[in-house]
Amino acid sequence: MIRHLPALLVIVPLLTALTVSALSWVAPRLCLPLTFGCIGASLASSIGILVEVIKSGPVVYTMGGWSAPVGIVYVIDYLSAPVLVVVTAVALINLIASSKQIDRDFSDKKGTFYTLYILFVTGMVGIVATGDAFNLYVLLEIAALTGYSLIGIGHERAPLSSLNYLFIGTIGASFYLLGVGYLYIATGSLNMADLARFMAMPEHGTSTMVMFAFIICMTGLFIKMGLFPLHGWLPNAYSYASPASSALVAPLTTKVMIYAMIRVGLYVFTPAYVFGRLQVGGAMVWIAVAAIVFGSLLALAQKSLFKMLTYIVIAEVGYMVGGFFLGNRMGITGSALHIINDAAMTLCLFLAAGAITYRTKSDDFKDLKGLFHQMPFTMTAFTVGALAVIGVPPTCGFFSKWYLIIGGIQAGHYGYAAALIFSSLVNAVLFFRIFETAYFDQPGDGKGHHHGHHKHHKHKNKMVEAPVSMIVPLMITALGLIALGIYTGDIVTHVIQAAIPGGIA
Amino acid sequence: MKITGLLTVIICGALLTYYAMDFPDFGDGRSPANTYLSPHFLENTMHDAHVPNSVTTILADYRGYDTMYETTVVLTAGLACFFLLRRKESTSPPARFFRHVPTGLTLRIEEGGKLPAENSKVFTRIDSLWAPDSLIIRNTCRLIIAFVQLFALYVVAHGHYSPGGGFQGGVLLGSSIILFSISNDLRRTLKRFREKTAAVLGAIGVLIYSGTGFVCLLMGAHFLNYEALSPLLGLKTGDPMARSHGIFSVEIGVAFAVMSVMIWIYYNLSSAGKHDEGL
Amino acid sequence: MEQIFTAMGAKYNYVAYIILMMVGLYAMIVKSNLVKKIIGMSIFQTSIILFYVSTAYKTGKTIPIVPYDAHAAVQAADFINPLPHVLMLTAIVVSVATLGVALALAMKIYRQYGTLEEDDIHEDLRSEEGKS
Repeated sequence: MIRHLPALLVIVPLLTALTVSALSWVAPRLCLPLTFGCIGASLASSIGILVEVIKSGPVVYTMGGWSAPVGIVYVIDYLSAPVLVVVTAVALINLIASSKQIDRDFSDKKGTFYTLYILFVTGMVGIVATGDAFNLYVLLEIAALTGYSLIGIGHERAPLSSLNYLFIGTIGASFYLLGVGYLYIATGSLNMADLARFMAMPEHGTSTMVMFAFIICMTGLFIKMGLFPLHGWLPNAYSYASPASSALVAPLTTKVMIYAMIRVGLYVFTPAYVFGRLQVGGAMVWIAVAAIVFGSLLALAQKSLFKMLTYIVIAEVGYMVGGFFLGNRMGITGSALHIINDAAMTLCLFLAAGAITYRTKSDDFKDLKGLFHQMPFTMTAFTVGALAVIGVPPTCGFFSKWYLIIGGIQAGHYGYAAALIFSSLVNAVLFFRIFETAYFDQPGDGKGHHHGHHKHHKHKNKMVEAPVSMIVPLMITALGLIALGIYTGDIVTHVIQAAIPGGIA
Repeated sequence: MKITGLLTVIICGALLTYYAMDFPDFGDGRSPANTYLSPHFLENTMHDAHVPNSVTTILADYRGYDTMYETTVVLTAGLACFFLLRRKESTSPPARFFRHVPTGLTLRIEEGGKLPAENSKVFTRIDSLWAPDSLIIRNTCRLIIAFVQLFALYVVAHGHYSPGGGFQGGVLLGSSIILFSISNDLRRTLKRFREKTAAVLGAIGVLIYSGTGFVCLLMGAHFLNYEALSPLLGLKTGDPMARSHGIFSVEIGVAFAVMSVMIWIYYNLSSAGKHDEGL
Repeated sequence: MEQIFTAMGAKYNYVAYIILMMVGLYAMIVKSNLVKKIIGMSIFQTSIILFYVSTAYKTGKTIPIVPYDAHAAVQAADFINPLPHVLMLTAIVVSVATLGVALALAMKIYRQYGTLEEDDIHEDLRSEEGKS
């Protein structure tokens, strides 16, 4: 069975999703245990594959027995294996933490919600594991369609935001498909390793078809990951959705798209082409700087917790895109490490925000007063997440920022390093503002005057904590942030360094 | 807004056209796309799978993994429409319309009025957006639907030898039920082909597809490698008919899935999720 | 200049797909009715399907269904390229699925706001925010 692990990684979730879909009409009680078991099995097999890859190198699995370039192959190498573990871990933790929220928001359609949940995870895992350019498009669309429906229910403005996301996301995916089409008519192959082999030939290095394919593919992926100025869909889509969905979609979508960008940039259009011949590095890093500055500044202007977190996500995308386009080993290491770290940080913050809204039914800053006394565990985890975003050791956020800043200085791009430091300062201001409201202000200060029920003030320091099923995964994630920080050295030396092709300085 | 949109579009179009001048000519048989990979498919389709239609072989065998996800996308669309739209409200519509069968008279009963019995033979319920009852349409469609379904089964079965296959046949089957729903009304169709049937059948269709691949995995070969099915079908290993039967089995799964999902999406979209009155 | 016109004459399929794609993109950007935007999206996706299928064509050759003789040698140059057709089967299905989800969302929006015009919906939202 070990040698079939790459296939089982995607097949088991798919089969479970179909079973859950059929069972939701017949025996709805079985849906949650099946979902939990399936994502747990996915997590176990992705850890198994990570160990296998560290031991003996990349794993290649041919679907249908046809080897490349005739058939579709799955390639799990040093870059995909850790991202797989992160994707399945985020999904599992969110499933446990959001079960109460799902009961509240989707009480009559739980079976369908779980089916869409597993299909979303299947799409994400498939994008990470595939080695075929067209297969990536199909799985991108599965992840996208399930994402649109998951975030379509929630707040009153959810359907409009989701439809807007659908329009922009479809343009992005179609651009990616067009780029693959251009590559196909230039070379005749769809397999990623094969295309990389073609890139090395001189006639493809200079053709305009390949240059346009690169531009259009990358534009499509930038639209899907929410890079400034193509980020318009992101704040509304993630803040108006139900917290159960947004805690799944927000940490994963953008990070897996950045993984896809690294995969397409390094393993299809080889680094020699991207950084040597096209020389897009410089311009792209300036766009990333704009994204970081813009995201951080707009986050300052927000009055609602979820909206602020989405703008922080936009700034984080800027970190990773800038890090990749620096073109040196430090920068790409920082970018790949930040995929893992940022998924964990975003999950922690979104879960904490979800727990807060579960109890207080609102995420406006005015309503966060005195929360440290009422929800100590939630706010502790929120603090750890905030420290990771700011970049305080020993949380993981510090180490990936360190790599990115060193990479920027080594490449001579001082603007990028300055933007990172600026963003850390702005994040500190953002989060300390929240800490001040939550710790020092008394709860009910704004609302108490209207009620005139002075008895309520006696209860203001009672703990109104979120349910245990939300707290435990939250604390696990917060501990994970610290653990990821402590083990950064191991992660970088054993896994990420091996993922970067040798030619990069 | 219009001016910026027009300018963006014209500039993008001009750029794309200018850079398209390096592309291969239309109809060029010697472009890289036409000479690198596809000759392998055309030359080996009969030898590997004994299927003359090379599009079917690529779809279900060489790139069968992609097609499995394509079928899942179809199921996802059905699930999404159900998830977003379906409401099981028990509020009654403001007015209900009934037709008195012997005389053809239309009755309109306001909210709170006394409705005729559910199974009354004399009064039938009609939709509020009512088109006149037509004997011609109802009976013509009754005849056509049977032939459409027969043709759909023909298309599915002949996917190996002529253009066709699971997707095309599934859409035809779905459209036959939709034709029944348009010529009669939605409630009658729901009685004959319930939503639960459509949903479960859709999932079963994709399960047939991935189940075939999973059986290959259990027999020791790679996922979706139909050669591993030869012992189960009583064929020698390496017999191309094993692949042919494997392709046929997944095409059946695809037909079921596509048919059920087309009907399911129609039920939810035409009645805005209430399953009360359709188009 | 003349070069460009002769080139466009030989590669008119690319011009066709670009025109269609720009029509779809224009509809998505400029129109304010949600259903018109959805139709523009559908046109946009169809143009990419046209692009792929047009690259598969070889002048004067026939459809890729080989003769039913297991032992005859098949000349691949006599048939058009089957691979883009297969890829586009997938793309068509994906485009239909996206259309279905988009229509379901549009129906939900209509149920909520009573209108499908984006300008009216934004006015509605602005007045709501002004009140709260």
